[in-house]
Amino acid sequence: MEGLLIAIYIFVLAVFVGFELITKVPQILHTPLMSGSNAISGIALIGALIVAGRLDGPLSTIIGFAAVVLATINVVGGFLVTDRMLQMFKKKGEAQK
Amino acid sequence: MNADTGALKALIDVAYLVAATLFIFGIKRLASPATARSGNVLGAVGMLIAVLATLLDREIVGFSAILGGLVVGGAIGVAMARLVKMTAMPQMVAVLNGFGGGASALVAIDEYLRYANGAITPGVDVKVTIILSVVIGAVTLTGSMIAFAKLQELMTGRAVTYPLQKTGNALIFLGIVALSVITVAGEPNATAFGVLTLLALILGVLLVIPIGGADMPVVISLLNSYSGVAAAATGFVLYNYVLIVAGALVGASGIILTQIMCKAMSRSLTNVVFGAFGAEQEGGAAATAGASGQVQEITAEDTAILLSYASSVIIVPGYGLAVAQAQHQVRDLANELEARGISVRYAIHPVAGRMPGHMNVLLAEANVPYDRLYEMERINSDFARTDVALVIGANDVVNPAARSNPNSPIYGMPILDVDKARTVIVLKRSMNPGFAGIENELFYQENTRMLFGDARKSLEALVQELKGVAV
Repeated sequence: MEGLLIAIYIFVLAVFVGFELITKVPQILHTPLMSGSNAISGIALIGALIVAGRLDGPLSTIIGFAAVVLATINVVGGFLVTDRMLQMFKKKGEAQK
Repeated sequence: MNADTGALKALIDVAYLVAATLFIFGIKRLASPATARSGNVLGAVGMLIAVLATLLDREIVGFSAILGGLVVGGAIGVAMARLVKMTAMPQMVAVLNGFGGGASALVAIDEYLRYANGAITPGVDVKVTIILSVVIGAVTLTGSMIAFAKLQELMTGRAVTYPLQKTGNALIFLGIVALSVITVAGEPNATAFGVLTLLALILGVLLVIPIGGADMPVVISLLNSYSGVAAAATGFVLYNYVLIVAGALVGASGIILTQIMCKAMSRSLTNVVFGAFGAEQEGGAAATAGASGQVQEITAEDTAILLSYASSVIIVPGYGLAVAQAQHQVRDLANELEARGISVRYAIHPVAGRMPGHMNVLLAEANVPYDRLYEMERINSDFARTDVALVIGANDVVNPAARSNPNSPIYGMPILDVDKARTVIVLKRSMNPGFAGIENELFYQENTRMLFGDARKSLEALVQELKGVAV
């Protein structure tokens, strides 16, 4: 129960940090913010790796494999597409091709 | 636990702490276009560290499924990120949200199977978080797929409604709650858990189908938040703090974006989610139809002359611009005007496009410098001092009825005050009403001129005409 309380503490504090950080992101960057933060939510990959790797039986390994595939698409696709977007944002002067 | 595994576990935990810190710094650097790219890289490095640390975990004994999954997922991820068009970014984010949610749900399902097999005996708290993780993850997965189908026009973008819709959804929700109680209180019951998962998947579909295409920016933001919450719930299941922190950050991000989108459309979240907006708009259209009069058309030639005599121009791009793929032509026009010493700025409404900030990305892709892009609050008071407002493919976000007509469905929505500019030129394909199906009295105003035709062709013609007008 004590562990749960600590976990809840961490969750609540992280939510506050999130609110503080994200309100400072300007509207112009909201799409990259979304795809980038989305890639971060692919952190479920860590759980997926454990499921896929602990060899609990075929069903479990299949579930783990599927979870790793989905989470990896989320992570890799998310970070790469965010980078692709952000490299297009240029100031006057840099923008002239 | 011997000293060796203790040290290893400490190392892994420290690596997770570093990863969580990098996520926070990464998002912090997204506050400015100048640092944003490095921020995204920091986030990716954090993720890499977390993954490598996890692979050291002693619980992991087999690597073939992991390696296979990473290779397959990685290849698909790279291909998607490379190939996706910037106009299709909302669909992309919807799919990625869904996959993240799906992964969280799968991890929790496996955890339940371990419980059902007797491999672990979780406490009430873990059982509750398993259920939360499965339900939120499953709703995120199927909800995102429906959002994708709507945005990709694989199914109707209109709100899908049928009798007893809300009652049906409420019953499914109650079923989920009942099965959750059985799962938490009773013995392991794979059937109950399976039905629970199935109901959550169905609920995701049913929650999104009654939401109209115009409200998709809100839905995507909300699903983004869900995918974060699902990851955090999985973190509680596994007692993994980096999942909890990352999930909480993303959950907060999605909620803030959802609020911003709701505010920009002057709608409450409940109204978006349960209102079935866009199902039928006949009442709204009829209410304003009486106000219509004669529109005044203008040719590209006259528009070019008008623009060449202006000293300040504000361009108001809407999604119609992206549909016509005319971002580059807009940039050409702006260059032509700037060469004549005319000040050109872009006014971006928060819901211009199909997701938060979408229009900025589309213009950045067309090489428009980001310091020319202005948010609504920063530019609205300047319209009254502007010679020409050029509205391209935008409709509802410039409809003065939002300020003046309490009967209008969009009354109260913050709009760009283009009607206050000395001259308003509207580039529009035809007189069809916009996405929300609402008449726009801006088109009938005395200072408004309509330039009909495909936005891309009109802009090309404008650039040509401008080149013909002496500097």
